[in-house]
Amino acid sequence: MPVVVKPEKCTGCETCLDSCPFDAIVLKEGKAYINEYCNACMTCLSVCPEGAIVETEHRTQNTEHRQKLEEYKDVMVFAEQKDGKVVAVSYELLGAGRRLADKLGTKLLAVLLGAGGAEAQELVRWGADKVIVCSDPILEKFNDDTYSEMLARIINGHKPSIVLAGATPAGRSFIPRVAAKLRTGLTADCTSLEIDSETKHLLQVRPAFGGNIMATILCPNYRPQMATVRPRVMKRGEYKADRTGEVINVDLDNIQSRTKVLEFVKEVSEVSVNLHEADFIVAGGRGIGGEKGYKVLQELAEALGGAVGASRAAVDEGWIPYSHQVGQTGKTVNPRIYIACGISGAVQHLVGMQSSDIIIAINKNPEAPIFNVATYGIVGDLFEIVPLLTRKIRELKNL
Amino acid sequence: MNIIVCIKQVPDTAEIKINPETNTLMREGVPSIINPFDLHAIEAALQIREQLGGRVTVLTMGPPQAETSLREAIAMGADEAVLLSDRAFAGADTWATSYTLAQAIKKLGADMVFCGKQAIDGDTAQVGPETAEFLGMPHISYIRKIEEVKDNYIRVERLMDEGYDIVESSLPVLLTVVRELNQPRLPSLKGKMAAKKAEIKKMGMADIGADEDNLGLRGSPTQVKNIFAPEVKAERKMIEGTPEEQVDSLIRELKEIKII
Ligand SMILES: Cc1cc2nc3c(=O)[nH]c(=O)nc-3n(C[C@H](O)[C@H](O)[C@H](O)COP(=O)(O)OP(=O)(O)OC[C@H]3O[C@@H](n4cnc5c(N)ncnc54)[C@H](O)[C@@H]3O)c2cc1C
Ligand SMILES: Nc1ncnc2c1ncn2[C@@H]1O[C@H](COP(=O)(O)O)[C@@H](O)[C@H]1O
Repeated sequence: MPVVVKPEKCTGCETCLDSCPFDAIVLKEGKAYINEYCNACMTCLSVCPEGAIVETEHRTQNTEHRQKLEEYKDVMVFAEQKDGKVVAVSYELLGAGRRLADKLGTKLLAVLLGAGGAEAQELVRWGADKVIVCSDPILEKFNDDTYSEMLARIINGHKPSIVLAGATPAGRSFIPRVAAKLRTGLTADCTSLEIDSETKHLLQVRPAFGGNIMATILCPNYRPQMATVRPRVMKRGEYKADRTGEVINVDLDNIQSRTKVLEFVKEVSEVSVNLHEADFIVAGGRGIGGEKGYKVLQELAEALGGAVGASRAAVDEGWIPYSHQVGQTGKTVNPRIYIACGISGAVQHLVGMQSSDIIIAINKNPEAPIFNVATYGIVGDLFEIVPLLTRKIRELKNL
Repeated sequence: MNIIVCIKQVPDTAEIKINPETNTLMREGVPSIINPFDLHAIEAALQIREQLGGRVTVLTMGPPQAETSLREAIAMGADEAVLLSDRAFAGADTWATSYTLAQAIKKLGADMVFCGKQAIDGDTAQVGPETAEFLGMPHISYIRKIEEVKDNYIRVERLMDEGYDIVESSLPVLLTVVRELNQPRLPSLKGKMAAKKAEIKKMGMADIGADEDNLGLRGSPTQVKNIFAPEVKAERKMIEGTPEEQVDSLIRELKEIKII
């Protein structure tokens, strides 16, 4: 095991047993023992009052290796485009990237594949010092083989210390290939990124175990340090129309793809599903009881000028299409107001909406965990409350 | 057609509770299950075998206890099961996990490899694409429908944000699957009998010709620094009264902070 208990030091106090998220520590003959469930998360090391738990494999590093790491300097953001337009999450990444680059005193680079021109300039105005562009038409459509090879080459050429990408369907699919090619670590779905003031390593925080716990991840011995970030998690930086930067054009040299995208079929449901951009989201769970409950929510959403979201339970019941699902396996949203109606507040749902500015929970059950994250809680029947609310809002807005 | 399905044994995260005193997970009594997405991967492989013939092998890297998950897969209809278990594998992140799985898949040989979209404990969705890279195979993520499959060709629907892509690939290929793809079958009686008797093939570091520097904690570029409980907002305000009063108070509150 990567972590072991020194029996001569262990007093059998059991503190570590409770601390282990994996239930990997048991008591054997009065001493703690770490079994195969150990994920090397190191939680127990910090809680043991006797210092009896130690790492067996020291991750030492020779100086030659360290020098190689020091060649990697800048912060790089992968700026995804769709139909030639940079997607919103890229600007959020530039906001986060700018902050990190300023802290490290380095440059912020952006990579744009399959577009160029005005879009590259926008990246500069949102904070990039340098934009590396490959506008080859082959890259207009996302493809794992071509994107991963191209980005890996650009990274090898520019040696950034940090690489950030959106946790979009494309990002989650091809960025792992890039990390595998480069023999480096990748942390998925980060919710916070900071620089360790002492070591200058990137501290990457992400939810794990269905959002039940948070973990801080490091990639100390390999470069670049790579992370994906979900849309709407990071804040955009400052837009400066007069900011200037360098645009470097690169060619797509002989990159073959074994897969081919034949067609994209758009499937948007009749209601607006623009959850990522909505300022107001009215979301329904199992409590809405069926498709007609969904109607009630839609009326409120329309009165507010917002969109309708859903819990997985409502989606699984077939009341609302999957594209409305908010949560761990759905979308992450952060509107100004999120109104949760008939949603219990399972962690898997909470991770997708917790960062909304204001959360209003309407639920029959006063014990529902959704009230723990609510700014305003209303215990009551959504079929009474929501129509009333809709009526009053319409009155206010003279609709 | 040789099909390998990578499956992971995970704690049922929907059942996990937090100990409010210590802010740590309470795993006790939480059942271990086959990662839900991987059940769909097994089902997809079985359907292709029924159509084109061949063998379905389930592969997992994990502690000896993971054998129970492999037996469940055999009960569903898999022909063979391989357990990758070695102390050197412990503490692997997605990079080292993918390297290890790829080494084993190279030894076993595969025309198609299936993975779940993501595992519900780590939720990274990285192991599939990384394994494909180590295998030198193309991959297609989040497939929700297999439109056509032949000995050297496949065409699938890949779930994207506002619709789906139709993607084709040559074989060999690695595919990661989402829940919409199919409905996993339940084990048959015959399958359950087979599962009881089945011999689970065990492989360790030496069997897959792995480089120790790429395995387990030692080979993992990422390290967990610490684990902590997510913070919850504490500013909640419960609004009391009749429904009318509740709605009026709410609107007053929202007006006060100039939201509406
Ligand atoms: C791997 C995994 C991933 C998941 N991903 C997601 C995800 O992305 N998103 C997600 O949402 N879930 C997800 N889940 C599911 C999650 O665990 C919960 O099962 C789900 O969120 C519950 O939905 P719910 O709150 O609508 O239903 P329930 O938990 O059944 O809650 C219904 C609530 O409605 C209330 N209610 C009933 N009638 C009324 C009424 N008339 N008026 C007011 N209140 C009423 C009840 O009191 C109850 O609190 C995931 C689970 C797993 C295992
Ligand atoms: N230890 C493992 N053994 C076998 N397959 C795995 C393992 N870890 C992950 N996988 C596969 O990779 C997929 C994605 O896992 P993850 O990247 O951890 O979210 C899973 O659905 C499995 O198919």
